[in-house]
Amino acid sequence: MMNIAVNPAKVPAVVFEKSTGYWQNVSQRFMRDRVAVFAAIVILILFAMAIFGNQLAPHDPFAASIMKRLKPIGFPGHWLGTDELGRDMLTRLIVGTKLSLFMGITPVVLAFCIGSVIGIIAGYAGGAVNTLIMRTIDVFYAFPSVLLAIALSGVLGAGITNSLISLTIVFIPPIARVSESVTTQIRSRDFVDAARASGANAFTIVRVHVLGNVLGPIFVYATSLIAVSMILASGLSFLGLGVKPPEPEWGLMLNTLRTAIYVQPWIAAMPGVMIFITSIAFNLLSDGLRTAMEIKN
Amino acid sequence: MSVEENFVDIRNLSVTFTGGRKPVKAVSGVNLKVNRGEVVALIGESGSGKSVTLRSILRLHNPSRSKLEGQILVGGQDVVAMSSGTLSDFRGKVASMIFQEPLLALDPVYTVGEQIIEAILRHESMSKSEARARALSLFERVRIPSPERRLDAYPHEMSGGMRQRAMISLALASQPKLLLADEPTTALDATVQIQILLLLRELQRELGLSVIFVTHDLGAAVEVADRIAVMYAGRIVEEGSTRTLMRSPRHPYTRALLKSLAHGSVSKGTRLETIPGSPPDVSALPPGCVFADRCSLALESCRQTIPEIVTISPGHGARCLRLDQTDQPV
Amino acid sequence: MNTHTTQSMDITPHAHADVGGPTQPLLMVQDLIKHFALPKDILGRSSGVVRAVDGIDFAVRKGETLGVVGESGCGKSTTARLLMNLTVPDHGDIIFDGQSVGSKELSLKEFRRQAQMVFQDSYASLNPRLTIEDSVAFAPQVHGVDKQAAIDRARDLLARVGLDPRRFAERYPHELSGGQRQRVNIARALALQPRLIILDEAVSALDKSVEAQVLNLLLDLKEEFGLTYVFISHDLNVVRYISDRVMVMYLGQVVEIGDCETLFESPRHPYTRALLSSVPSMDPDNRTEEPPLSGDPPNPINPPSGCRFHTRCVHAESVCSTTMPKLVTDAQGTGVACLMHVVRSGHSAAPLSEQEAA
Repeated sequence: MMNIAVNPAKVPAVVFEKSTGYWQNVSQRFMRDRVAVFAAIVILILFAMAIFGNQLAPHDPFAASIMKRLKPIGFPGHWLGTDELGRDMLTRLIVGTKLSLFMGITPVVLAFCIGSVIGIIAGYAGGAVNTLIMRTIDVFYAFPSVLLAIALSGVLGAGITNSLISLTIVFIPPIARVSESVTTQIRSRDFVDAARASGANAFTIVRVHVLGNVLGPIFVYATSLIAVSMILASGLSFLGLGVKPPEPEWGLMLNTLRTAIYVQPWIAAMPGVMIFITSIAFNLLSDGLRTAMEIKN
Repeated sequence: MSVEENFVDIRNLSVTFTGGRKPVKAVSGVNLKVNRGEVVALIGESGSGKSVTLRSILRLHNPSRSKLEGQILVGGQDVVAMSSGTLSDFRGKVASMIFQEPLLALDPVYTVGEQIIEAILRHESMSKSEARARALSLFERVRIPSPERRLDAYPHEMSGGMRQRAMISLALASQPKLLLADEPTTALDATVQIQILLLLRELQRELGLSVIFVTHDLGAAVEVADRIAVMYAGRIVEEGSTRTLMRSPRHPYTRALLKSLAHGSVSKGTRLETIPGSPPDVSALPPGCVFADRCSLALESCRQTIPEIVTISPGHGARCLRLDQTDQPV
Repeated sequence: MNTHTTQSMDITPHAHADVGGPTQPLLMVQDLIKHFALPKDILGRSSGVVRAVDGIDFAVRKGETLGVVGESGCGKSTTARLLMNLTVPDHGDIIFDGQSVGSKELSLKEFRRQAQMVFQDSYASLNPRLTIEDSVAFAPQVHGVDKQAAIDRARDLLARVGLDPRRFAERYPHELSGGQRQRVNIARALALQPRLIILDEAVSALDKSVEAQVLNLLLDLKEEFGLTYVFISHDLNVVRYISDRVMVMYLGQVVEIGDCETLFESPRHPYTRALLSSVPSMDPDNRTEEPPLSGDPPNPINPPSGCRFHTRCVHAESVCSTTMPKLVTDAQGTGVACLMHVVRSGHSAAPLSEQEAA
């Protein structure tokens, strides 16, 4: 319902029919997709674990005990057993959520901000500017992401901040590429031509017409990268280039539990299971978003 | 099979699409007969169901998302009841189809000659060179210049008109008796369109083909068809010979359509007579006559029952309760 | 249908001053050329150039509707884009009401206020993320109108094109039918109160019954706002109905131009004749027997030498392959580019003197 101040000589008591907006439509469609909703719930649980980890955890994640090393699942007091230093697995898995998710999501968010700007500029400008930007991006794109991450981390040094930087750099090229391609498609549509024909300048056109149509697909693509980012971050930690012990982080835990695989294989696999669950959840979420956003008339 | 017997006899065909949120009845109770060697045009706008009807004859609709009711008898066989084995023998050999956009119907990675040969060999066994000879003669028949060379061309190497001819020869490869044409000239330039229309007429004469020609362009229908059936919202509303329909159309929709066409007979500056409103939404049809909302002659009785087809003269029928009001010339 | 007064839209028949006076053509195009280069191969050799528009001249008078017809490859759509500067011409002048577009007297932005375009694809012409009224209100805001005034103007225009603003203003493009969307596009074109509107196949994708409604609307608006139209279409019947003068294009050039009825009754250029007789007959007793032209329209990559139509023309003679006939328009804006109508051109049918030509 809308009340607008209109000239009374015009139509009285106007009630304008509103239609459901685009994002409302998307969320309605999303809600109907059971798999996607399930994935979203899993992710919400993971976020809850990340935020309230310390309260939820039964033990201190750093409390080591030589006597209680590598106890199996179901051991009294330690439902998921203990790791190679006697620390409670359940606690470390829960508390580790925060850092693992952080390492997974942050680089993608940063890369989204930077990469989409680069890609949109390249896509809208076209011509020589596009070539210059995109061929530079291609240079980075030519490296397999794992090697690139390792190489960059090697140069920058180990540690959380540095691995965040290197992962961000790894993700900027693919996001820039997708942004450029989507922007180029939108730019050739008639409504952009109509906007140009009305005398608007490039900045206005991008702001009003391009962004609204482009950010959605780029965002969906970016969410599919979160899973990759988590795995790469875990990989870096596994290699000793990311998180340093004794911080609980799933990739690092996989590393330190390596030798335990002969003694307690289930325990050694558990951090991997967490990574697996999180990656799948994010993948399914991004698939669901993509399907929900394909609105046909 | 006697000559009088209709080659194509569609009886009470209804097509319902079940893929979306609610089922959509795109075609309701269509009856259509086509004789051997006859060209029938199906005219209509968006939502009329003309393409859906045509595609049902070859059962092209996705069976998990559509439901066909009624009978489609072609040469005595009921297409609706056919098993998939019989159906694949039927397609191409008894009836085949040409489409609006040849680039979409032809496979881009094979030459046109290869595709025609493949089509021939699916239904008959002969050597490849015999098949190629038949393909060559088909190309000559559809008047493709330098046919020998063109057999080895890829679809994208040909111009629009030539591709359409290639598609026609592909459709004729196994010598079908029925040709289904789904808006084949809509995407063509005017000078090419008239060539293809005349070609179809010629093929009909030479080969005794029956043709069902779907179009929204009344002019194309007049050039090609012996009889015209006008469809609206999934039903045939008027049917008759081309001459009868153009000289004395009786259904209000047909009459309104003729009046709204911009031809030279309208003097400059006069506004065209339009049909108010917009084409019907097939997913939400009103009870009674579907055209009533837009019809200047509609009465209350029109909105209550769906009119039956009234025979005005042999071969000319219209589905309307107000035919007594429509016998003056348009 | 119109319940709004004109004051709400602050419209004088032209919001822009008539600079040149009634005899000045609103639009004059001189020697407009646009070639598209084909991609080069590895060694940098170009595989050719598409001569989409190859030197055209024409004028559009104030208040007239100029129909533009032609088949694939003739350049009519490219011409539309060149006129709006959506594609930058390689060469040529566009003169609007006596002022050269892009010059100090008339900037491109100012020109775009006075000339607008309606495209063929009604769905692609509207931003799917904007409501209808936002789409229509965009252009005025670009030129400084404040947001509420722009929205008011948009709603007013929607009413004028036959869409009740209460029902349509806050809807999205995908909720409208093709005909309704095209009305929105027309409203959008009118938002800047232009003097010239270029309609590029604007009714071609519509159902015939809807097309008739939109054509009537265009005529009404033309009268009400004193508009000038350039109407590009492949549908000859529609062009004949709506145009005052008609221009026929072939392979990037203008082959004939003149008064609509005269051109349709007695076309002079052999291509025009062939094109007009290709229109399907509406008389079942008088069907077409022979196609007037064989083969497909050629593509403009390597046009024939001399007269571009000579390879398909029944009247072609050897002079036609060597000499390109120029289009010469007389004072009434009529002209034909054919050697048969050029005095002493060397063609056997050419007139021998000016008196014979008249």
